[in-house]
Amino acid sequence: MSTTRAWLLSDAPLSRRQAKLGQAYRTWLGFRSNGLAMFGLLIVVVLVLLALFAPWLAPHDPLTGDLNTTRLLPPLTEGYWLGTDDQGRDILSRLIYGSRITLAVVALVAILATPLGLLIGTSAGYFGGWVDTVLMRFTDIVLAFPKLILALAFVAALGPGIENAIIAIAITAWPPYARLARAETLTIRNSDFIAATKLQGASSARIIWKHVVPLCMSSIIVRVTLDMAGIILTAAGLGFLGLGAQPPQPEWGAMIAGGRNFLIDYWWVATMPGIAIFVVSLGFNLLGDGLRDVLDPKGQK
Amino acid sequence: MNDHMLSVQNLEVTFVSGLDQVHAVRGVSFDVKPGESYGIVGESGSGKSTVLRAICGLAPTSGGTLRLNGAGIASPRRPEFYRQVQMVFQDPYASLHPRHTIDSVLSEPLAIQGFDRRDERIAQALEDVGLGVGFRFRYPHQLSGGQRQRVAVARALILEPQVILLDEPTSALDASIQAEVLNLLERLRAERGLTYVMVSHDLAVISHMCERLLVMEHGLAVEELTREDLRARRSKTDYTAKLLRASAGYTKEDIPA
Repeated sequence: MSTTRAWLLSDAPLSRRQAKLGQAYRTWLGFRSNGLAMFGLLIVVVLVLLALFAPWLAPHDPLTGDLNTTRLLPPLTEGYWLGTDDQGRDILSRLIYGSRITLAVVALVAILATPLGLLIGTSAGYFGGWVDTVLMRFTDIVLAFPKLILALAFVAALGPGIENAIIAIAITAWPPYARLARAETLTIRNSDFIAATKLQGASSARIIWKHVVPLCMSSIIVRVTLDMAGIILTAAGLGFLGLGAQPPQPEWGAMIAGGRNFLIDYWWVATMPGIAIFVVSLGFNLLGDGLRDVLDPKGQK
Repeated sequence: MNDHMLSVQNLEVTFVSGLDQVHAVRGVSFDVKPGESYGIVGESGSGKSTVLRAICGLAPTSGGTLRLNGAGIASPRRPEFYRQVQMVFQDPYASLHPRHTIDSVLSEPLAIQGFDRRDERIAQALEDVGLGVGFRFRYPHQLSGGQRQRVAVARALILEPQVILLDEPTSALDASIQAEVLNLLERLRAERGLTYVMVSHDLAVISHMCERLLVMEHGLAVEELTREDLRARRSKTDYTAKLLRASAGYTKEDIPA
């Protein structure tokens, strides 16, 4: 163990791999010392494990329940620890399966929106001039729309469903990343190390991809992680309005909408998915804060 | 004319931003012989660094001609140009990418220019600047200022250029390291027959390194001196005389009460 540690923390790495792993290990050491961030990471890891092993963890079928015997059972009933909803379905099982949808939304939005924002922002910042003007005015136009309203319009046009909700959220999520990437690029593009790379005959694409993007990455990762809570809430909001996941899919926002009709008498039907959304959003926020502390270049030295 | 490695005639550089125009270099001419070390001195803002940046295409030239080995230099610069001309920047803390290891700093120019035997060349370049292969996979933040500047020199040398432009290569380093880096540059020039164009505000550095020098003021070339002129403090113009006096350090009498 101690030899691995010494190898990772070596001042004179002997290979590319050792240098990379050593750098990653130092970041991890910084991250590990932050208790709240570790708590956030724990929540996210539990969410991922729940999503992966849903069929083995869920005690009941999430989609069909017995209307005669298990309808609207309160929490802590034997075998139905979080109660059942008006269709007789076990809420715990639905929450566990719902984590798959939540995670898919978050991951797909991050995969779609982040590269788009990075590409537009770094190009605008690096080339400047009219490229900058055109790209950033376009970004401003998208940014001018309220997020949820624009997503609503897209989903209404494309038809309700979780896939369209993901596309709609991704389309509204990239402008802040583009602005952030542009701002970072502006501080980088006139630096000597970029000039030195130009003096080696590097193309603009190479400079942007290999030199500018890696320096923007850390602040973008932090921003995306902090946005994930918002993405989950938007997806839940669309589900709540009936424009996201469609019944009988166990999407958390849709579950809250289902329980809204009898909130006073059967409070747990809406409350349990609400708690789940709250905990996962909190987890992503804490994780994002912790990542900012270790990754943000402005925080260091 | 062909016995000049680098020839600069009536170079003009104008920076335009909106309606503002800054005429940073106004008709500067000089010739550098092969294997020569040529200095450019002047106070801050005299346009001496801009001349270097214009030669390698980082600053916009608005007039004049540049010739390398007798041939005109195309603008924008072609990748082949950078095999002949490289530059070392002033601040070694700003000229290395903070997230790239020394290995990737040195292997990138080789990849761009399509060189073979990359591992050998990187090891050789590190040896040449006195760092050794133990430094190969370190990050810049694990290096001191002098070590970083050696990496910057290695990066400039790895493409085997004939001309190296040195933009105050030692002004960001402390005195003991300055001498080390200057000696390294001297040795490399002698070994490889390199041609240097060196910008500095430090006349002691210039007189140590350069055979001839150009004095610049407000974007204009004031006069050209030889090393002997500099050491004997022979100057034709008032400005150079003032510069020479200033470099000797101020005494009480120079400062009016």
